[in-house]
Amino acid sequence: MFKEFEATKKKVFRILDDNGGVISNKHMPVIEDQQLIDAYHNMVFARTADHMTVSYQRQGRIFTYPPNYGQEAIHGATASVMRPNDWLVPAFREMGAWLAKGASLKDIFLYFMGYEVGNTWPAANHFLPISVPIASQLPHAAGIGYAIKYKKLDEVVFAFVGDGGTSEGDFHEALNFAAVWKVPVIFIVQNNQFAISVPFRMQTASDGIAIKSVAYGMPGIQVDGNDFFAMLKTLQEASAYCREGKGPVLIEAITYRKGAHTTSDDPTKYRTKEEEESWEKKDPLRRLKNYLVSKGLLEETEDRRLEEQYRQEIDRIFTEAENQPASSLEDVFKYMYADMPDDLRKQQVEHENFLQWKESL
Amino acid sequence: MEGVPMKIMNMVNAVNNALDIKLAEDPDIVVYGEDVGVEGGVFRVTEGLQLKYGADRVFDSPLAESAIVGTAIGMAAAGLRPVVEMQFCGFVYPAFNQIISHLARMRNRSRGRISMPVVVRIPYGGGINALEHHSESMEALYAQIPGIKVVIPSTPADAKGLLISAIESDDPILFMEPKRIYRAIKQEVSEEKFSIPIGKAKIITPGTDVTVVAYGAMVREVQKALPKLKEAGISVELIDLRTIYPMDKETLAQSIRKTGRIVFVAEEPTSFGVGAEIIAVANEEAFLYLQAPPKRVSGFDTIVPLPKGEHHYIISPEKIFYEIQKTVKF
Ligand SMILES: Cc1ncc(C[n+]2csc(CCOP(=O)(O)OP(=O)(O)O)c2C)c(N)n1
Ligand SMILES: [Mg+2]
Repeated sequence: MFKEFEATKKKVFRILDDNGGVISNKHMPVIEDQQLIDAYHNMVFARTADHMTVSYQRQGRIFTYPPNYGQEAIHGATASVMRPNDWLVPAFREMGAWLAKGASLKDIFLYFMGYEVGNTWPAANHFLPISVPIASQLPHAAGIGYAIKYKKLDEVVFAFVGDGGTSEGDFHEALNFAAVWKVPVIFIVQNNQFAISVPFRMQTASDGIAIKSVAYGMPGIQVDGNDFFAMLKTLQEASAYCREGKGPVLIEAITYRKGAHTTSDDPTKYRTKEEEESWEKKDPLRRLKNYLVSKGLLEETEDRRLEEQYRQEIDRIFTEAENQPASSLEDVFKYMYADMPDDLRKQQVEHENFLQWKESL
Repeated sequence: MEGVPMKIMNMVNAVNNALDIKLAEDPDIVVYGEDVGVEGGVFRVTEGLQLKYGADRVFDSPLAESAIVGTAIGMAAAGLRPVVEMQFCGFVYPAFNQIISHLARMRNRSRGRISMPVVVRIPYGGGINALEHHSESMEALYAQIPGIKVVIPSTPADAKGLLISAIESDDPILFMEPKRIYRAIKQEVSEEKFSIPIGKAKIITPGTDVTVVAYGAMVREVQKALPKLKEAGISVELIDLRTIYPMDKETLAQSIRKTGRIVFVAEEPTSFGVGAEIIAVANEEAFLYLQAPPKRVSGFDTIVPLPKGEHHYIISPEKIFYEIQKTVKF
């Protein structure tokens, strides 16, 4: 398949059309009905949680949050392919994949409420914390890939970055290392057309990102990132390729950031209604829903029922997170070093003395 | 100033105004960075400038800090005067190599033939409830680089006057903007061009008991503590450093010789910071005048906590009061 869609051919891999009809069954991935239904449910859950987080932010109940709206198929497909021992190296906009990896929604809420503990994912295996400095996580993915190869483990790394992130040196250096070392890393570029306000065409003069794989000596493919099946098939193939020891793969998932960059951003300043509407037609959840309904796997109104059910569950989790007490002074110091320097301990004690004085006033 | 048109500005307006004045005056100036053009920057500091001066003078760059500073170095070598923006303090590090290896060294390396009239604007500092990497104050990292000057304004008017000087300087300048007070302080600022010299501190309130040195957002925090200090009978000489490097040692030394006490207030991690340099000035230039050990009221040597723990880290007016009165009572 990577040959057929070899990046220089400039063919975007797609299985579903904009209405959820099957364009061709040739590459239809194998997935059990129940697994497919579960994946859809999880995507509805993630989208509902995402929308609710944005409104919590508007109510002043959570701080800056980067919405995932419109990119859920990429995360849903990753969730379906990732095995328990595979690694997830996140950027900051792939909530569905985090949840699948074992991050709890409460943790996610805590993180965006401003608690470090929310970025520790205690229940998750092989999952790095969210990485805010753009693209800086990708060399880590290559390093994990090296360790996997060195230890002869049957594991794959799923590493995320945005289209803007492909301009950073770390992106290129990580791809190069991974390819030179032939390590099992799937680099997933979520090309959502924007880096905050900067449109993709100002990010690179090349025809897409996938084509850059050619120069690094690894397969690369452009996929319709709003097509769950195309994403699923690509990730299945990439994961098999990695497991066979053939080295890394670059996937450019073409999608659209339907929401704002973060809750502090106003996209009306830099993009048009028409553009937003043209992408609305390609919405990943609607396409998958239409497919499922046409196959008799889903009732037409099931999504609304699910949403209603999820809203209550999510709100309960959010309220629970809101009850978290503020981080303690000790929290600020405790995790800095395995072997805490005396001087640092002294700084904490001095601050406690100040707090005592303040209390005594 | 009679007859000079004044306008109420916050720091965002003032920086914008300084850029506007210099762009109008000097065709060699270009302004760029991530989201700087169409959007006018994530803090709206460059808003309206692309419309006014065109996309070849004010523009969005690809997302790569190293190349933003690296290209600015090339532009400067070829006769332009770039003013570039790093979106947040935590994202300068990809550009660190360019800053330390070339920006700081080009002039010396070329024996003065190639100077580097580059300004790198860096919104920095805590107190804005931000995600990780958006709140740090690592000015000491930059101030220690030989060949770089580091400027930090504390008011809208200072931001304007200092930025104009920075843009006109033939030396590379890291212009760090305390984003916590981007919109918090409004004052009348002249709409005309004016400049404030780099390398000169400002005595904000003269006093006799203790010299308090601050810069950026901390100046305002010290000012908040002043009424209580006055009530406690303590006369504070508050100095706004304005420029971290080159440091105005003369003004500092004179003040310390007069008061005999020095308290430094900053958001930076305490160890190996700007505060250590200021205490060195006290020791080197005013040793025999000291009546109390110099004191640093600055950040823990920790990562700046996320919002739910940040109140532990932030330097409060209470803490400033507490440390100053301890020093005076010593
Ligand atoms: C090194 C670095 N520079 C700048 C930023 C500020 N910033 C946060 S997100 C972003 C845009 C990222 O765009 P992209 O990689 O396309 O990811 P998206 O936000 O679209 O998911 C920028 C510039 C950052 N986080 N890290
Ligand atoms: Mg993007």
